[in-house]
Amino acid sequence: MTSYVITGGTLLGEEAADLLIEDGVISAIGSGLKGDVVVDASGCVILPGLVDLHTHLREPGREDAETVLSGSRAAAKGGFTCVHAMANTTPVADSAGVVEQVWRLGQQAGLVEVRPVGAVTMGLGGESLAELGAMADSAAHVRVFSDDGKCVYDAAIMRRALEYVKAFDGVIAQHAQEPRLTENAQMNEGVVSGKLGLAGWPAVAEEAIIARDVLLAQHVGARLHVCHLSTAGSVDIIRWAKARGINVTAEVTPHHLYFTDDVVESYNPIFKVNPPLRTAADVEAVRAGLADGTIDIVATDHAPHPSEDKDCEWSAAAFGMTGLESALSIVNATMVKSGAMTWAQVAERMSFAPARIGKVETQGQPLTVGSPANIVVFNPSIEAEVVPVNTASASRNTPYGGLTLPGQVVATFFAGRATVLEGELV
Amino acid sequence: MKHLLSAADLTREDAITVLDTASQLAAATAQGVGKLPPLRGRTVVNLFYEDSTRTRTSFEAAAKRLSADVINFSAKGSSVSKGESLKDTALTLEAMGADAVVIRHHSSGAPHQLANSGWISGGVVNAGDGTHEHPTQALLDAYTLRRHLRDNTGDLAGVKVAIVGDVLHSRVARSNAILLQTLGASVRLVGPPTLLPFGVETWGCEVSYDLDSSLDDVDAVMMLRVQRERMNAAYFPSAHEYSNRYGLNSVRAARMPDHAIVMHPGPMNRGMEITADVADSPRSVIVEQVSNGVSVRMAVLYLLLGGTEGTA
Amino acid sequence: MTHDFEPATRDTRVVLDSDDISRALTRLAHEVVERTHGATNLTLMGIPTRGADLAVRLAAKIEQIQGQPVPVGALDVTMYRDDLRLRPARALQPTTIPADGIEGRLVVLVDDVLFSGRTIRSALDALSEHGRPQAVQLAVLVDRGHRELPIRADYVGKNLPTSKSESVQVQLVERDGIDQVTIEQA
Repeated sequence: MTSYVITGGTLLGEEAADLLIEDGVISAIGSGLKGDVVVDASGCVILPGLVDLHTHLREPGREDAETVLSGSRAAAKGGFTCVHAMANTTPVADSAGVVEQVWRLGQQAGLVEVRPVGAVTMGLGGESLAELGAMADSAAHVRVFSDDGKCVYDAAIMRRALEYVKAFDGVIAQHAQEPRLTENAQMNEGVVSGKLGLAGWPAVAEEAIIARDVLLAQHVGARLHVCHLSTAGSVDIIRWAKARGINVTAEVTPHHLYFTDDVVESYNPIFKVNPPLRTAADVEAVRAGLADGTIDIVATDHAPHPSEDKDCEWSAAAFGMTGLESALSIVNATMVKSGAMTWAQVAERMSFAPARIGKVETQGQPLTVGSPANIVVFNPSIEAEVVPVNTASASRNTPYGGLTLPGQVVATFFAGRATVLEGELV
Repeated sequence: MKHLLSAADLTREDAITVLDTASQLAAATAQGVGKLPPLRGRTVVNLFYEDSTRTRTSFEAAAKRLSADVINFSAKGSSVSKGESLKDTALTLEAMGADAVVIRHHSSGAPHQLANSGWISGGVVNAGDGTHEHPTQALLDAYTLRRHLRDNTGDLAGVKVAIVGDVLHSRVARSNAILLQTLGASVRLVGPPTLLPFGVETWGCEVSYDLDSSLDDVDAVMMLRVQRERMNAAYFPSAHEYSNRYGLNSVRAARMPDHAIVMHPGPMNRGMEITADVADSPRSVIVEQVSNGVSVRMAVLYLLLGGTEGTA
Repeated sequence: MTHDFEPATRDTRVVLDSDDISRALTRLAHEVVERTHGATNLTLMGIPTRGADLAVRLAAKIEQIQGQPVPVGALDVTMYRDDLRLRPARALQPTTIPADGIEGRLVVLVDDVLFSGRTIRSALDALSEHGRPQAVQLAVLVDRGHRELPIRADYVGKNLPTSKSESVQVQLVERDGIDQVTIEQA
């Protein structure tokens, strides 16, 4: 196996040191190290490989939008070494067979660790539990369960799911959306939706479910994860729950850190996403929550769609935006450059914590000798314009097209193997 | 101006130009002039994704009176109902050489997409999009108001208009709230709280939940159509309760000043938001709104298409 | 023909002053009365904006001569112009048709400056929408030459030789606060 020396970078942006990667692990840290290939990391930060707890790879069923392979390529390019593939595929990943298929496709792609997420309920229908234990016991070793895209709206079903997965230390990742309050919803309910005449998705529809679920988690002593939290009120509820000792974790997406709902005034469906882009006050609150640790992780909710699902009128367009390749640059732009977070905190929010929540032992390990060599080399000062056609994803629905974002992934190593070098897939 | 997508596209001066032009065109019609020549050789496409015979015929009459070639492209029985996307339809219209597309669509913002997507090069006129806007309706309402209250000249400074009913789902209300204020009028939005949009307090309008106390100082009342189906979504308990609290009947109409007029964009639900005796009373200008619609739409088409491209 | 409201510059010279204009209109009035045999079937149609003002003045002068009011109206030709597409859409001006209409009348079109003749061509089209006059004649305050169509005026206040690059401006008290005709070098 080729050995690599990463020279000139700083570990977590703090300590200048060279890293030697041999036989899948970090074999030495220091200076004057020798290896087969030298990776120049001058001006770069070295971070543990990023772990995404929320990725839509679309396979099986929508291979026109993304495949496990194309999604893995986009993930590697974005500095990820592990992604959690959401369950809303066709067929739904609600059985051991489907999750094992996704897991095997991930192994075959071999670019990142693909961890399938299992559905909580059969067919995402919200009415009866999927075979959670079978998925946990399968080769895919599922630990995260989610009906993402749909909310587990029934309180009794949610309670049982939370309880049931305790048996194998699983976690329910809830897409918090009260369905009756969001019928036909198109965007955040606020001043902008009122003006644009688009049906509103009120903050309370998210907050009410989160409030219910943290109380359920407390009642049954279970672990709860909240997907793509987007409102100031949600941050408050999570903060309150954590203060009460409730075992809850929460994620925020890069796009909810970056955009406000007034971009919808263009009626460009590239900005149509669920949960919707919120107000400036919400963006401020989720940034503060991420900085102070109320929000545990950044997860991309990478949601690829073919162009025909976005090149249409707003109400006919699909929800979702791609995000794997831009995630680290957005976190750099919104959190690091502003001084709100250090690179060590970025490593926590984008690698250590998501690996802990997903129970992925080989990921999110500290940059120490002997750790699996899952590593990203990121140059935070390269300014690069986002060109949608240049994506490694099979879909081009990035909301950042035409914007110049700070930072670029220079190299990614997955289990000791380079997946990205000099900014390009190997 | 190349497109008319929102009432907010119009400055006070633009709006007055439209109204003045409409008034000259109405005079020409009254003088017996049949067809006017300025859009000879231009093609106007009426692209209607919703049934609206009234609005479509109004635009069709307007375009024809200006000598434009008119193509009616309606969703029913066309490739549109077979699932053809807005984009493909637009590309077809572009290939047909449409100089302007008048679009009615059930999705808010569809006209913006048509205008800004690069699918077509011609002008776009919003003939009503979802629950967003209906700018030519607001222009014809402003024209009607100006004719009755301001001697058909200038702006609407000092005019007080109450817009009553389902503001939440009304594109007519949105466009009127913008345009009437641009022209200096003051607008009071009246309806049950469930039918007033989130953020309505930022619209610059007075907001009231009580119709009875909203009538004695107005120059005009504009009643909005209320769909009975809304009560299924619990916007109000029953049609009976709605018309009791927010319907315009003769007792309420008597509270209005003598000079005040009653308007309705049509089609009316007689007995729901307005009673027949009020709709047919001398202070009702509802029928006149329809005929003013043709003049106003002629003015819009003339100003968008009558000169060099992308100007006026 | 342009109507600018900027003050006269060094390159501008006045070719007709207030008295000249008044005398020219008086002469035009007499000519019209003479050639229309007492103006009994006459209707004046001014072309907005300043042609319409001149038509009103001419009508008043004819009335002074004949002791009978002369029907006078205005005829907007904007939508009939052949150069609509060359400029932004122009605001329309009022068209007013006298109560007796123009059917069977002797219509004299009135304009301020006769130049290419294209405005008059538009006017003939516009006029035909309102009826069939017995005959149409043309009266102008200034004829500056350079015709592009086979059109001539029946009554001319002043023949003004110009070069094509010059512009002739008519200002009238009704609109401009002053009566004068100027030539400006381009």
